[in-house]
Amino acid sequence: MASDDNVTPLRSVQRAVVEFRGVEKRFHVNGTWNIAVEGIDLSVAQGQVVTLVGPSGCGKSTLLNMAAGMFPPSAGRVLYRGEDVVSLNTRVGYMTQQDHLLPWRTVFNNIALPLEIKGLSGAARDQRVRELIHLVGLEGFERYYPSQVSGGMKKRCALARLLAYDPEMLLMDEPFGALDAQMRLSLQVELLRISRQLGKTVLFVTHDLDEAIALAQRCVVFQGRPGRIAEVIEVDLPTERDLVGIRFDARYVQLTQQLWRLMAPELTSMAAQREKQS
Amino acid sequence: MKAQVEKVWYWRVALIIGIAIVWHFSSGRLVNPLFISAPLDVLSRLWGLVVNGKLAYHASYTAFHAIAGFALGALAGTVVGITLGRMQRLALILDPFLMGFYSLPKIALAPLFILWFGVGTEMKVLFVAMIVFLLVFLNTYTGVRQVSREQITILRLMQASESQILRKVVLPSAITWMFAGLRLSVPYALIGAIMGEMLASNRGLGYLLSDATAQFDTAGAFAGLMAIIIMAVIFNALVRISERLAMPWKEMESERELSF
Repeated sequence: MASDDNVTPLRSVQRAVVEFRGVEKRFHVNGTWNIAVEGIDLSVAQGQVVTLVGPSGCGKSTLLNMAAGMFPPSAGRVLYRGEDVVSLNTRVGYMTQQDHLLPWRTVFNNIALPLEIKGLSGAARDQRVRELIHLVGLEGFERYYPSQVSGGMKKRCALARLLAYDPEMLLMDEPFGALDAQMRLSLQVELLRISRQLGKTVLFVTHDLDEAIALAQRCVVFQGRPGRIAEVIEVDLPTERDLVGIRFDARYVQLTQQLWRLMAPELTSMAAQREKQS
Repeated sequence: MKAQVEKVWYWRVALIIGIAIVWHFSSGRLVNPLFISAPLDVLSRLWGLVVNGKLAYHASYTAFHAIAGFALGALAGTVVGITLGRMQRLALILDPFLMGFYSLPKIALAPLFILWFGVGTEMKVLFVAMIVFLLVFLNTYTGVRQVSREQITILRLMQASESQILRKVVLPSAITWMFAGLRLSVPYALIGAIMGEMLASNRGLGYLLSDATAQFDTAGAFAGLMAIIIMAVIFNALVRISERLAMPWKEMESERELSF
């Protein structure tokens, strides 16, 4: 048995939080069956951060939806802690691409929503909301309605709301897409810290290849239509990482290059040729 | 922006004055004043009604009929709308009946209402309530059915109970639709009240109007119409103000800068 803070993922079934076994999902659209994903075998262990990258429409969000129990797979099994996900999986927190904030609630009250549902009220609730607002850098915007703030702020508000209800696993669909570089970095740092300290398991869809390597212990690369797993990159970087310093780490650079080659073979080969010529 | 609003108001006032001038000079020259009266006669008649207290007397009845009916119909419409919106099966069964009832010209029911409830206040209030109920009910019902399923799912993932979902998502999002129904109902509430008064009453602005025309008192009829218009404007303003108070986020939406 390996030590607890193992760098390489553990594949043992007992420790898998979420597991996809031969999963396929078809959708009936305009009279034809559209295969969103097929032949997906993937297991995410406790405390792991796994990133999913791939072209748009390759079914990454579909996998997240199935992990959240929005709908069952057409074939195969989706397991959560060893049990089939048959209904809405309330043990996960899901941050979807759209923020789905409640337009009639201010930023503050949107973040307070999960706490209200838990039955927290008064000073304890307000205190926690203020902490989260500080965490995502939304000070000064507490009383604004979602329609009054920018897209990046809405994302941060949705993130704070997700963290407010403290689920044991986080499903995140391009959560940092609309953010500026500094905010993105600080939230990435925060996400890793939360994942480490609280042992949160994270399944994270992104289009940012640097992010895909920097955050992950495992990076799953998809190919499109129908979505399949093309390759799994084991990110053997230390679990405790400095997200700024890591960008100059030789191994990190190597892994991102590998990912770039997988994602855009034509582009990278062109670049290599140009280098040779010069 | 403000200067633009002012300019619009200048044009509006100019339009009214223009119409009054054309009216003034065509009356007695182009058209028999028996049919169109004259603006100054109408104003003096209106003023006379104000001074002798008749306007306040009749307007108070119309206002009571409209407001009481409106409140009753809006309350019932909201409650039934939310209930049916949450009970899909029952709604499905009732759908054709409701649509049929909705398509019926409500005025056609007025004689029945007189038969059932007499010619008193109850008849007018209930008649208005019936009209308002249908409008508010249909809007609220649609609103409840159109609540974002994603928002509900997000709340379910947060382990919200059904009553929490109702209170925190369904009702607030249905409120937008409910107010659309309320706004739509204002003129219909007045139509109902005045219609009822014209058909069977000896008080109210509707009575004032039909009484004046029965005596070929065109100035009196126009004065009555003006009083009705003023009342409608006031009612509309009241609904708009309460809408703004109930949905502050809507105000913000209209004020925000365009985002593409």
